[in-house]
Amino acid sequence: MSGKRTVRVVGCVCVATIALIAGGCGSKGNSTGVSSTSVTFGTHQPLTGPAAPGYSEIAPASVAFFEYLNAQGGIYGRKIHLIIKDDVYNPTQTVNVVHGLVLNEKIFGIFEGLGTPTHTKVVSFLNTEKVPDLFVASGCPCWDNGTAQPYTFGWQPNYTIEGKILGQYIKQHFASSKVGVFYQNDDFGKGGLTGIRDELPASQIVSAQPYEPGITNVAPQISSIKASGAKVLVDFTVPIYTALGQLASFTLGYKPQLVSSSVGIDPTTVGGLLKTFSKGKAGTELIEGAITDGYLPSVGEVSNPWIALFKKVHDTYDSSAPFDGNVEYGMAAAYTLAQALQLAGKNLTREGVVKALNEKGAQLTGPGLVPYRYSTSDHGGYAGAQMGQVKGGVITQFGPRLITTPEASSPITTYTTPQAAPPTTGVSVP
Amino acid sequence: MRLPSRIRPPRLTLARSLGFVLLAAVVLALVSEALSSYNDLQLANGAYYFAVLAGLTLLTGLSGQISLGHGALMAVGAYTVALLIGNEHWPVLPALIAAVLTSAVVGVLVGAAATRLRGPYLAGVTLAFAVGLPALAGKYPSTFGGANGLVINPPTSPSWLGQSFPLERWEAWIACAGALVVLFAIYNLVHSAVGRSLQAVRDDEIAASLCGLRVARLQTLAFVVSAACAGLAGGLLTLVLQLAAPGAFTLGLSLALLTGVVLGGLGSILGAIWGAALLVLLPIWSNDIAHAFSFSTNVTNNLPLAIYGLVLILAMLLWPSGLQGALGLLGLRVSTSLKNRASTRYPVGGAGQERAAARRGGASPPQGREEEEVR
Repeated sequence: MSGKRTVRVVGCVCVATIALIAGGCGSKGNSTGVSSTSVTFGTHQPLTGPAAPGYSEIAPASVAFFEYLNAQGGIYGRKIHLIIKDDVYNPTQTVNVVHGLVLNEKIFGIFEGLGTPTHTKVVSFLNTEKVPDLFVASGCPCWDNGTAQPYTFGWQPNYTIEGKILGQYIKQHFASSKVGVFYQNDDFGKGGLTGIRDELPASQIVSAQPYEPGITNVAPQISSIKASGAKVLVDFTVPIYTALGQLASFTLGYKPQLVSSSVGIDPTTVGGLLKTFSKGKAGTELIEGAITDGYLPSVGEVSNPWIALFKKVHDTYDSSAPFDGNVEYGMAAAYTLAQALQLAGKNLTREGVVKALNEKGAQLTGPGLVPYRYSTSDHGGYAGAQMGQVKGGVITQFGPRLITTPEASSPITTYTTPQAAPPTTGVSVP
Repeated sequence: MRLPSRIRPPRLTLARSLGFVLLAAVVLALVSEALSSYNDLQLANGAYYFAVLAGLTLLTGLSGQISLGHGALMAVGAYTVALLIGNEHWPVLPALIAAVLTSAVVGVLVGAAATRLRGPYLAGVTLAFAVGLPALAGKYPSTFGGANGLVINPPTSPSWLGQSFPLERWEAWIACAGALVVLFAIYNLVHSAVGRSLQAVRDDEIAASLCGLRVARLQTLAFVVSAACAGLAGGLLTLVLQLAAPGAFTLGLSLALLTGVVLGGLGSILGAIWGAALLVLLPIWSNDIAHAFSFSTNVTNNLPLAIYGLVLILAMLLWPSGLQGALGLLGLRVSTSLKNRASTRYPVGGAGQERAAARRGGASPPQGREEEEVR
């Protein structure tokens, strides 16, 4: 009798041990924030404050795209949730809200955390905690180092790449014009300036004027650029400072050729800001003819199947926002996140999604005009852009699609692989 | 007439207050063990808020000076720690001491100006200080990092605590240790001859100087002590956030600090604890409330600030003497009604006493109450 009981107990213990070991094997890696029916991400966004105009539309657009995917069953049956926290574009707030998201809300990862001065303050924390930090909404070169920051991935082109592509265009079309640069005094503006300096001779850049985000008067910078005799004004600015800069130029009677990084030129956003600041006296006409670059198809290109898809999702899930570059940005980044989850496979872990992006991220195709740079050592996003110009309040793209690397004097080459159309449902991965 | 001795906290001697602080340290350590990482972080936030509020309550409640510039004094401490740890690789303790000394020196300068000014003029000068000083970071970006700020590495916990000791708990310990040092110093200062002299100066400067007190020197001293507390708080903030950036030290912070001491209960160290808890919890609560409703995003985004403002207005209407004042009044009422129930011999006098107490406590801040009692 007692012998039988012993056997039974030992048997139970054995089964339990095997189950525990098997369970341990199955859940190898960290899957905080993941259940069989959902995966939760968090993000820090400027919903209020100086960077809010335009940028506050980005994360809600991503949520709209997730809702579109969730309605089709999500990725591997998991619905994608995104908790949006307002950091007012204030680095101190960013630290607070990201600590809250990771430690309190138990998110799987941070997605599309917005801003260079803000996100730089949490990269070290996220990598120490081994939390995936996917597709930072900033082109700072500081996200690219996959060796030092294995959990952080950039998404939009590195600002130095943008600067090089804009610089090459200036070299080709405004070779004899003096150039002035108006830039945000952080890694965003400085990264862009590095790219411009890489392409243009030092003597051609006659003035480079920084601004601190948060100031309201940029007339000193613009009049200094005007006084230097620059005929081309390059902006590495967020939309609000593009608008303030153009208004200051207008007031000073200064009419240079504006060349702006893609970050600060969405015509709907800048036009709206110009209208607000000038109390309706000025609008999009102050940025008409501006040269810029873009790595996604222009929202004005209605025949592009990606724009058609995003417009459809926008009309269903996010119709209160204008359909502009910010909404397109949020949806395109959301598509990439869904692709990353698809690549990571059914057993979703934090380590797994990083490994999948390292190994296959460079082969992903989607709404982007150019490929991604993802590899184990390089976590930079899009490798290049196409030139464009503001015409009639929308950006018209022209010329070849250009790709390069941020390294000094690396060549700018043409990318010719045609853009693949979006799948009818879900996302497609290689 | 004196307040009934029952509701006055027993006066602690130096040794006894030291014992109390050590006990509080043990309790805080146990509490931090029980909390999650996130709540440890909130505890750390509360601790540095307490450090600055305790100093501010000494300045405003005890010496009667107003300061709208304590956010800037925190910035002095924060940048001192960030520069010393980030660039010079100093250990935590010396860096914090340096933060206290630097902000005390700045406090001497501001305090010297402050003694020559009264009321709105003093508020104006300290306001200008709050607006101007953090802007220096943008003026000298190569030293102070501009709007980007200065980043330091997180403080490493000593090896005897073990490899897996959570960083957030270590940060909470450092911040609580700083808060307890402030508690010990301010408590004993308040209950010393200097504290009584400060009260005398607050109540009547002319009478105090006739008694031989050096009014200007005492007021400057109060400013320096509170500046040192603010500097320590700023240094602790840098250690907790691993960041010193001008965005942390906006005018909003200076105003929030003053709000904290007033809401907590002006002139009371317990009030500073309530104030610190409110400064940490109120933004979290208002944010949760805002997201509990499904308003349009524009409303939801701006609602937390509106709720915050509403709470402040209501609190000032309902408890003009702050949370600590309201609790004191509650205690008085409870003790009076207990007394009434115990002895029915003087029912009329008891009720009248309660009404009078309610009138006194409800309508005027604590120092007003003392004045009325003297009369």
